[in-house]
Amino acid sequence: METIKIITYFSYLIASVLFIIGIKMLGSPKTARKGNFYSAVGMFIAVVVTLADQGILNFQYILIGIIIGSIVGATIAIKVKMTAMPQMVGLLNGFGGGASTLVAFSVYYDQLSLPNPNLNVQFTIAVMLSILIGTVTFSGSLIAFGKLQEIVSGKVIKFPLQNPISILLMAAAVVLLVMGVVNPQDATPYLIVAGISLVLGVLLVLPIGGADMPVVISLLNSYSGIAAATTGFVLNNSMLIIAGSLVGASGIILTNIMCKGMNRSLMNVVLGGWENAGTVTTADAKKVDIKSVDSEEAAMIFDAASKVIITPGYGMAVAQAQHAVKELMIVLEKKGIDVKFAIHPVAGRMPGHMNVLLAEADVPYDKLYALEDINDEFSNTDVALIIGANDVVNPAARHDKNSPIYGMPILNVDYAKTVIMNKRSMASGYAGIDNELFGYPNNLMYFGDAKDAITKLTNEIKNL
Amino acid sequence: MDNTLLMLIYVFVLAIFIGFELITKVPPTLHTPLMSGSNAISGITIVGALGSVLSAHTGSTEIAIILGTVAIVFATINVVGGYLVTDRMLKMFKKKKS
Repeated sequence: METIKIITYFSYLIASVLFIIGIKMLGSPKTARKGNFYSAVGMFIAVVVTLADQGILNFQYILIGIIIGSIVGATIAIKVKMTAMPQMVGLLNGFGGGASTLVAFSVYYDQLSLPNPNLNVQFTIAVMLSILIGTVTFSGSLIAFGKLQEIVSGKVIKFPLQNPISILLMAAAVVLLVMGVVNPQDATPYLIVAGISLVLGVLLVLPIGGADMPVVISLLNSYSGIAAATTGFVLNNSMLIIAGSLVGASGIILTNIMCKGMNRSLMNVVLGGWENAGTVTTADAKKVDIKSVDSEEAAMIFDAASKVIITPGYGMAVAQAQHAVKELMIVLEKKGIDVKFAIHPVAGRMPGHMNVLLAEADVPYDKLYALEDINDEFSNTDVALIIGANDVVNPAARHDKNSPIYGMPILNVDYAKTVIMNKRSMASGYAGIDNELFGYPNNLMYFGDAKDAITKLTNEIKNL
Repeated sequence: MDNTLLMLIYVFVLAIFIGFELITKVPPTLHTPLMSGSNAISGITIVGALGSVLSAHTGSTEIAIILGTVAIVFATINVVGGYLVTDRMLKMFKKKKS
């Protein structure tokens, strides 16, 4: 083997190890930043060695590609708001998938142009799978981005024969895959598979509603990794396989955690469950007495408390209320009140969404508790404050077998002495069902936009 | 089935196992940076994209180079955007001042 090849392969090995170390260091907030840096160093090594190894042919194209990509990537990374992080990740998933498809096509067309192309079975299957998975990831991610950015309706979009059409398209893709492998000189099946995959990606994500986005984003994250790994099989490159597999595994684990957080199977999410929920409950909705408070009354309740747990939800993100919430925390702590945050696994629009927002507002991460770590504490809590969350605190999930969310793990906020629920209106949450917590004797509604309401509350507490 | 493919499948399966082991240990608080950080890692396709442009055979159709160049743009957005935004987020995670 040539020396340069040996250097290349060992450098790729070093890069792979750096990716693994980087992910390992993400295991703790203390080492995470350094881990991300190591991972970036690995990427840098991989790119530089590839350039050194393969010579300077077509260098102008490389330069243009890297410059455009760097400017676009850096701009969105610096400009994006923390509340828009789900869209950003959605978009990056899509670019990852798109890149895999393009590389597969590029390498395939390059082979076709040779007098004696090497189109063996491993190569063609890997090309087909890269195109299939990469393109589904690409179009699915664009739709997910559109939904999160509210360009596409965040509602559950259904049309007749949706599932049969998807199954038919998948079957067609399999047939074309076989055709492409049997007769690899003909590019037509490859192009049609790309077209079908574009449609499949759209069909996969379009029916999925806003609050199920954490599942979809995680799933597409996984796909983008698997697409990179299949590209590794196209190019016989172990480093691509290792990096892609790590990402694929990460996405699968997150998908699983999100599904468990809603007590639903992946199938149920993808096929769009909870569809009939709204009609079921409006029919037998009971008349409930709802008590509401204004900021002054709420402030007095907080003033008398010694222990407070705050439960944020997507409403906090929408209202950009994270800084106001942090001010509230400071004022309460100045009065000697213990403040903790309870984070439901599916709060927000992506895994860890609430944690990032609160970190942005300078809330220390050791004040944020996961569901299983805090649920026992509500019973000795004076005030549970809920900001823009709904379904994840609905006690019906614990006992009402007829409720569509029955069995979903919830935060037991109703066990606190007093529950104060900040909401804009009485509208139901994503699941489209009434929250029986509203009518509980220890529950007080505090209406208003999260940012205004929390700021007002903070000022009232200050003045007491 | 030749030896290369067999080795690649070995690598694939083992890497998935390592991934599962490591990622189950990432705390929920870091799940968003984990996703954006892994976005950056999946930008590893950039190596494939560079290769496809650099080693495009002479006389190869322009299309291979054009597709490869667009792939470089996409993958670079992933790499640069992913690492930068992850760093931006991780910078914010602070422990309580005692």
